[in-house]
Amino acid sequence: MNTASFLIVGAALFSLGAIGFLVRRNLILMFLSAELMLQGVALNFVAFSRQHGDLSGQVFVLFIIAVAAAEAALALAMILMLYRRRGTLDVSVWQDLREPGVEMIVDLDEPKLDTTPDVDLPRLPPAGVVPAHREASRV
Amino acid sequence: MSDPSYLLVLIPLLPLVSAVLTGLFGPRFLRGLSHLPTWAAAIGSCLITVLLLNGLLLTNDPSGRPIFGVDIFTWFRVLSRSPLGGPFNVSFSFEADTLSLAMLLAITFVGSWIAIYTAGYMRGEPGYPRYFAVMSLFLFSMTGLVLANNFLVLYAFWEGVGLCSYLLVGFWFHKPAAAAAARKAFLVTRLGDAGLILGIMLLWAKFGHSFDFQSVFTVARQEPSSPYLLPACLLLFCGAIGKSAQFPLHVWLPDAMEGPTPASALIHAATMVTAGVYLLARCTPLFVLVPEAQLVVAVIGGLTALLAALIALTQTDLKRVLAYSTVSQLGFMFLGLGAGLRHEAIAVFAVSAAIFHLFTHAFFKALLFLGAGSVMHAMGHIIDMRRFSGLRRVMPITHFSFACGALALAGLIPFSGFWSKDQILEALELATQHSESYGPIYHGLFAVAVFTAGLTAFYTFRAYFKTFWGETRVPEEALLHHGNGHSDGHDDDSGHGHHHADLHFTHDQAPVSIVPPEGRSFESPPVMTIPLIILAGGSVLVGLVLEATTHWFSGLLAVSMAFQTIQPPYPEHHLNWVLIGLSTASALFGIGVAAYLYLVRPDIPVKLATNLRWAYDLSYHRFRFDELYTALVVRPLEGLAVLSRFFDSVIDGIVNLIGWTPRAFGVLLRPIQNGLVQYYGLFMMVFLTALIAVVVLWGRQ
Repeated sequence: MNTASFLIVGAALFSLGAIGFLVRRNLILMFLSAELMLQGVALNFVAFSRQHGDLSGQVFVLFIIAVAAAEAALALAMILMLYRRRGTLDVSVWQDLREPGVEMIVDLDEPKLDTTPDVDLPRLPPAGVVPAHREASRV
Repeated sequence: MSDPSYLLVLIPLLPLVSAVLTGLFGPRFLRGLSHLPTWAAAIGSCLITVLLLNGLLLTNDPSGRPIFGVDIFTWFRVLSRSPLGGPFNVSFSFEADTLSLAMLLAITFVGSWIAIYTAGYMRGEPGYPRYFAVMSLFLFSMTGLVLANNFLVLYAFWEGVGLCSYLLVGFWFHKPAAAAAARKAFLVTRLGDAGLILGIMLLWAKFGHSFDFQSVFTVARQEPSSPYLLPACLLLFCGAIGKSAQFPLHVWLPDAMEGPTPASALIHAATMVTAGVYLLARCTPLFVLVPEAQLVVAVIGGLTALLAALIALTQTDLKRVLAYSTVSQLGFMFLGLGAGLRHEAIAVFAVSAAIFHLFTHAFFKALLFLGAGSVMHAMGHIIDMRRFSGLRRVMPITHFSFACGALALAGLIPFSGFWSKDQILEALELATQHSESYGPIYHGLFAVAVFTAGLTAFYTFRAYFKTFWGETRVPEEALLHHGNGHSDGHDDDSGHGHHHADLHFTHDQAPVSIVPPEGRSFESPPVMTIPLIILAGGSVLVGLVLEATTHWFSGLLAVSMAFQTIQPPYPEHHLNWVLIGLSTASALFGIGVAAYLYLVRPDIPVKLATNLRWAYDLSYHRFRFDELYTALVVRPLEGLAVLSRFFDSVIDGIVNLIGWTPRAFGVLLRPIQNGLVQYYGLFMMVFLTALIAVVVLWGRQ
């Protein structure tokens, strides 16, 4: 198996992590995305380590895993604290460090999608229950 | 007898201590007793002055010019040698010769009685301790001024009295007119002071690099033809013009009447305004060397005397009449000072006459002001003569003392004003005889002096008759204020000498006044009337006792250091019957006309005012000097100020623009910092990627 395929997987992991970090607002998910980026980098290290036959890449990865474990403990503890302060994991409630005079960014009210269709479509009855209309027709 | 020189220090020190005490503890602890330190200091200084004068006359000085001197400390020392002059010391030292002591006698004696009077006049006033603190400070500055033995110390005290004058004119600073008058007094005198300091520097630079009177005079004596003497003398005179309210800087003094009346009596009649006369008398050794400077002094003096007398003719405010008469009398003094010319012995006589007039004037003008103050006190702070009359029945003591002062000012024999005015006239006559080229000018000045003496008698008695004779009427305010002190007085702007307050009335319309209830007395309390009686006694007797019968005063001045350079014998004052007849006739004529116009035919002045409208208006509006100065000086300066302000706003705009540029740029970039983690992450990634891309692509090339 050549190095390129490892690198592609690593790059894919890193990109997914980066995109996840940027688009998710849940603190835990953002943290997991960051972990994903770390693993992408780690995969790069081991791939090059294997190609060059040099063990220092693998040593590096061991360090990364150890640090990531410690980081996970810290980050989760902090996320817990943040959750206790505001009662939500949404990161967008934490905008206190913005410049004075800059408006706080708030969610637009999403329009409620009307999911009830106009036509009367047949609906599946819940399993294990006798359909009501049959009872009615029987009377 | 031990050397009493150290007592000299006490004369200014006592008022200084009193000023500090009253200033620090007056508002908190002394309150209604704040006058006590000032009384003690003024009376103490007066006693020490008498003691020193006595000691000085007993001293057997070999030079015949006894002097007490005390060196207090070295003010400053210039060590380096500059192109202008080598190392020199300026010592803070006092010297008292007979001229200084004569001045001190007038200042401390009159000052003591004014201090006593003030306690009654200002009782219940909110700024009572402040008034006495400033008054003590004034006595300190004024006594220091006449004791100074070099120009710099004199200048320091000269500014000190100016400051005190400012503080006292603006005593009721919440009144806009008073605040404006104080500012005007300060700024106008400052014009003169600028000349004075330039004169002092010129003397320093050209006459021996010294500030000491004696050494400057000695050096000047050795170079009598120096071209710098005339400008130096004129610059010194410039200072005197400002301080002594001479034409063309006379405009501040009448406005200064916004201050409390005792302050007007002390500062703007008896003492501070005579500082200019003292300065010129002190500098006699310089002025005798330049007849041209003396001529200028005499002409300005004569012009001022006449001008002020003409203005005083129509003023309706009693204090303003007195203010213009002060300006006029100061003009008389300068007439005397300028009558010395090349005959130096005559200069001694002329200067002595001026100082003697200063001395008697201090008594009778302080008396007149205190009398006016007494009237004001009784009339509920109304000083407009159209609103009261016939006060002689309800204020007998004030009437009597005011009459003494008026007779002295009018110069009627044997009142003190007569003797001193007579000496000045005699000095002028001597000047006409002994000045070859300027004779005609002095003839003219002599005529002006005699004419002005008549005018003086007329306007003084016009004020006197309008106030004290005729039907007894008082303004309504008198009944309101009288009896309950004047704790609430002075807050109304209607009263005393409000700037143009009298313009509320047209000339014909009689302002509101009423006939007081029968048997009601408006006389002031004894603490005010006793000083009036004492000063009235002074006004009557000073001339007769000190000069006319004994020649004590001129003998005293003859041994002054101011005349050190001039060899005796000096001309003696002798009774010149022609002069006496002339001045008595002009005084009697003035009084007679006033009596006829204001007692017998009161309708004539009204007709005169209507028929000679332009002349009346010119005098009533003080020859429109204020308007002239406003147009010539104030407006252009205001224009310049507006221009400068515009220019300043341009400069400011440029500076602010530079300051605003980064801020505006910051406004553009600020939304990036919105506090959302994702944004920071996004920007970091985008720019990091860009950076890496650049580095990688760069590396490839």
